[in-house]
Amino acid sequence: VVEPQLVVNGRTRELGEIGGHVTLLEWLRADGLTGCKEGCAEGECGACAVLVARPDGPDRACWVAINACLVPAAAFDQQEVVTAEGLGRPGQLHPVQREMADRGGSQCGYCTPGFICSMAAEYYRPGRRPAPAAGAALNGSGAADQERGPNGFDLHALSGNLCRCTGYRPIRDAAYALGQPEVADPLLARLAEPAPAAAATTTSDPQGRYVRPTDLAGALELLAVRPDARLVAGSTDWGVELNIRHARAALTIGIDRLEELREFTIGPDRIDLGAALSLSEIETRLAGRVPLLADLFPQFASRLIRNGATLGGNLGTASPIGDAPPVLLALDAWLVLASAEGEREVLLADYFTGYRQSIRRPDELIKTVRIPLPLAPVTAFHKIAKRRFDDISSVAVAYALTLEEGRVASIRIGLGGVAATPVRAMAAEEALKGRPWTRQTVAAAAGELARAGTPIGDHRASERYRIAMLRNSLLKFYAENPGGGRTS
Amino acid sequence: MSKGHGPLADRPERPVVGLEVSHESADLHVTGAALYTQDLTGRTFGALHAWPVQAPHAHALVTSLRVQAADQVPGVVRVLTADDVPGLNDAGEKHDEPLFPREVMYYGHAVCWVLGETLEAARQGAARVEADYEPLPALITVHDAIAAGSYQGHQRTVGRGDAAAALEAAAHRFSGELEIGGQEHFYLETQAALALVDENGQIFVQSSTQHPSETQDIVAHVLGLPAHQVTVQCLRMGGGFGGKEFQPHGLAAIAALGATLTGRPVSLRLNRTQDITMTGKRHPFFATWEAGFDADRRLCALRATLTSNGGWSLDLSEPVLARALCHIDNAYWIPDVEVHGRIAKTNRASNTAFRGFGGPQGMIVIEDILGRCAPALGVEPHELRRRNFYSPGQATPYGQPVRHAERLEAIWSLCLDRSDFARRQAEVAAFNAAHPDTKRGLAITPVKFGISFNLTAFNQAGALVHVYKDGSVLINHGGTEMGQGLHTKMIQVAATALGVPMRAVRLAPTRTDKVPNTSATAASSGADLNGGAVKNACDQIRARLAAVAAGRLGVHADDVRFCDGVVTGLGAGDRHVAWPDLVRQAYHQRVQLWAAGFYRTAGLHWDAEAMQGEPFKYFAYGAAAAEVEVDGFTGAYRLRRADIVHDVGDSLSPLIDLGQIEGGFVQGVGWLTLEELLWDESDGPNRGRLNTQAASTYKIPSFSEMPPQFNVHLFERATESGVVYGSKAVGEPPLMEAFSVREALRQAVGAFGPAGWGVELGCPATPEAVYWAVEAARDADPQAGARRRGPVPAYAEA
Repeated sequence: VVEPQLVVNGRTRELGEIGGHVTLLEWLRADGLTGCKEGCAEGECGACAVLVARPDGPDRACWVAINACLVPAAAFDQQEVVTAEGLGRPGQLHPVQREMADRGGSQCGYCTPGFICSMAAEYYRPGRRPAPAAGAALNGSGAADQERGPNGFDLHALSGNLCRCTGYRPIRDAAYALGQPEVADPLLARLAEPAPAAAATTTSDPQGRYVRPTDLAGALELLAVRPDARLVAGSTDWGVELNIRHARAALTIGIDRLEELREFTIGPDRIDLGAALSLSEIETRLAGRVPLLADLFPQFASRLIRNGATLGGNLGTASPIGDAPPVLLALDAWLVLASAEGEREVLLADYFTGYRQSIRRPDELIKTVRIPLPLAPVTAFHKIAKRRFDDISSVAVAYALTLEEGRVASIRIGLGGVAATPVRAMAAEEALKGRPWTRQTVAAAAGELARAGTPIGDHRASERYRIAMLRNSLLKFYAENPGGGRTS
Repeated sequence: MSKGHGPLADRPERPVVGLEVSHESADLHVTGAALYTQDLTGRTFGALHAWPVQAPHAHALVTSLRVQAADQVPGVVRVLTADDVPGLNDAGEKHDEPLFPREVMYYGHAVCWVLGETLEAARQGAARVEADYEPLPALITVHDAIAAGSYQGHQRTVGRGDAAAALEAAAHRFSGELEIGGQEHFYLETQAALALVDENGQIFVQSSTQHPSETQDIVAHVLGLPAHQVTVQCLRMGGGFGGKEFQPHGLAAIAALGATLTGRPVSLRLNRTQDITMTGKRHPFFATWEAGFDADRRLCALRATLTSNGGWSLDLSEPVLARALCHIDNAYWIPDVEVHGRIAKTNRASNTAFRGFGGPQGMIVIEDILGRCAPALGVEPHELRRRNFYSPGQATPYGQPVRHAERLEAIWSLCLDRSDFARRQAEVAAFNAAHPDTKRGLAITPVKFGISFNLTAFNQAGALVHVYKDGSVLINHGGTEMGQGLHTKMIQVAATALGVPMRAVRLAPTRTDKVPNTSATAASSGADLNGGAVKNACDQIRARLAAVAAGRLGVHADDVRFCDGVVTGLGAGDRHVAWPDLVRQAYHQRVQLWAAGFYRTAGLHWDAEAMQGEPFKYFAYGAAAAEVEVDGFTGAYRLRRADIVHDVGDSLSPLIDLGQIEGGFVQGVGWLTLEELLWDESDGPNRGRLNTQAASTYKIPSFSEMPPQFNVHLFERATESGVVYGSKAVGEPPLMEAFSVREALRQAVGAFGPAGWGVELGCPATPEAVYWAVEAARDADPQAGARRRGPVPAYAEA
């Protein structure tokens, strides 16, 4: 038996006797690596960001930045982690560190190591290339240009990092000034080898046990006898429970690396997305194939979160304010639920039963999300939030529309944030189906949409604003697609 | 380079100040090697961890506190309660802030603290403490307090002339109200302290504090010790913004008390939830006002009442209010003024300093008045503002001549030019005409901000400079580093004053046993005050060395020059001596190679009761032009471009100053548009609870709020005489350049309505607030707009 261990900044370290409650951040800091900081303990500020080696296909690896404050350290058994300390040191700065230091990218410096790690992940991203049209990045009015540097740097890579001092301009300039890694760069060379495989792990402390089964069957067997176990994939929701509400679980089961949950298939009549693929993996691999999902991803939390978060997790928590459910409802997705007794398929529209409740039994997990093809030609995702990057929706609306000869042949509208569960806006859909796609019918249907759900007023938005946003969302969708708009 | 501005402001040849250098700790920041207070805990053997027991009531009596169950939890070492305090049970200096309260004064108030071998043990112990409460009625909002007549501290009035009579005589008269939101500091590093006790019972506290001397004072009085038995050190802070000016003291005292009682080091770090629920914020203000304009649309009178929400104790509320009252004029000449200020006492965490220190809350009132009234006056807002600028020779309502008032006009013109304002106004108009659902707005606003602590006594600073025999230099000063680059500037000042390269100078962490009786690093004054003290110390040493060099070079001591580590003399030809050689020679001649420096700002006087005098050394000026785009469907908006012209005098360190300007601006944008603190104001069991108590619900600016086009220009030939090397303070003033964004939003919203519509905008102008303002504009009666009545209650418009 190999003792649980991981490689940090090139050195092998014993994980020690830890259960499922010690976060990677706590573990790294206790190991003396205090460069990574706790700023918020809920994956919002990115001061804790570190790099981990993840698969880029079977033969290569990529450096992925994640929030170390959210994930159990035990989940990194046999994995490779790099922190800001591992990238360079004073007098011997990494190119990312050099640019940040020279351009005034740090003031108080507390958020800086996290920014460095997020920026380094993008620096090493396979496929990051100078964009031909990026010369006009700063003068063009297109938002897409403003968010991509002349060196191909995607500013969304830093959407999960908060800085209270600089106002971000020097950080952006540092990011956009980065060249390509040197061929001899050891962290680049590392990517030519496969990422470490997931290790079967069992480790515990007096507060609880962490188990990473070797395969789905093992996970389901364990779940059958311990339906109270906490299933954890990216831990982006559970980590908040741990840190903020001090939730504790006697048994935590890590399922994020189970191959059976990592399917990715585009077939003739459906797309299968493994429930434990990270959103970033789906984003990269779909490459815009599903425009509605391509709309969703940049608005879904931050890159740091998407690097861990999964569709299975977003649906498994059954939160009414998750951003994936409205989109998947509009896409008419269905789920494959697996247990030791076998598998069953359920329509997502039938899945949610109440506030943070679903028809998924405690002994079941979500295996696959299936999206039927062909896709509706006209789609949109509207997210209403205070902040454009990395915020939680007060209202989210997803549309999938098919027009035939100026009439609405089909429409599905998925809603988040307006009821105890994500819902379809059936009355508004009915008010549109078969009718001409005109301002009049849309206005009438917008009235129906405004009556959908049972929005409440809270610290994100008032009830009347949520209602107004439901109505206006459809008006905006029409204004953007008066003649049927873009087709996919 | 500046010459003829006096010995403090003049720069020598090839000065190190003015060079564009990175933050002195930049390499440590980017590699994660920079240490913050909490990073020391793991490096301290046997440190205990502290966790608070927070009361779930906004106002209640603690009728009983049973801690026995906590002591049973494995790993719990001790519970700290009021009975343990050997000295004064007060976290402040006004005896209104008990460290361990018998009466809970706000939701989340810590009633006792649990020490554990691990943080987890302390937390579990805290969960086992049994406290009984007798709930009492709670005042949450400023309006609750006004209704109940609940105030604290001084009530002050700034006045000049006869505002009532001037209002009667005004050609145009308006009145209104403004709710001004608070702001959470959200320094990335939460409050932290680590206390150790030595064999003599001396206390050493590492604290993330902007005011180590006051931390020292409060630790000392809580422990009942003289100040010389307590040393406070601050390595650096992960952001302060005013939030660590007063609030760290009680937390440091808890850690010090724990260390004293257990003999073990005690680490206290608030997690984000604790920090945001327990510590004070920028004061929310409620303003009522009446303003009069003459026939030429010039301000002739202002009468206003500012009520701040101070929270449960005074903290810094009085000086914050004073600064608000002294900034309600911003850049504008108002002949007759009467502005009252008062501090509401409510059941909230005690509000405190925050970048601008009340100045922003005062200035926003006049900017809001001008923005709201411009349409009714039939003048473009930028024209209305310019027309009302101070002219040279005029004085503020509190009697201070407005020094360099001509810079307002110069900076304004430059900002109009650099932002291409006129052309872009036309572009915005064309865009708006073509887009029914999306509107843009472009606005420009000025800043005039007084520099110095209102309280004259705080305008002093000390430094300790050592030159070692090898020529290396070590400087200590009383200021703290929170990211603002003060230490970088101080190294540049010392290198300039001694004529040595920067690499010869090292700066040691701020400690109360090196420089005593320091003022808070606050009020933007860190570089002015400590720079004066560092330079004073360096000047003493240089004068002594000049005497040594004079003999060696055969010139008069006045003619010795120090530059880049080489010492030369006027008329000495090629003769020179290297700095380390001169230092060694001076040592052998038994010349003192260290000096204590001191600085006191000259020319200040202030009558705090009459609110008259000259409290400020000078004013910092600036202007910003901002353009926004508003989505009429949602109220969501984007900041498209910002252009700033700012007066930093002759910059000590241009890259540092640029960072302060950009960062302050974006922080101001956050305050004015995004950051919203919401309390439970219901009568339910959670009354008084902060509902936005996490990064997920309290949103500070992210990359999406950065203007994609962001141009900052330092105003040139701006030497400020009487300040170290001709520079000006820069920490706070740029925050208020963000008013341009709020006013641009007002312009964009107005474009949804009829011509002449005066827009009322919430503060913060969140997307929801902007949406309702858009709805109001859309619903406005075009006829009403044409009569220019709008929402400004123009009850007495002539």
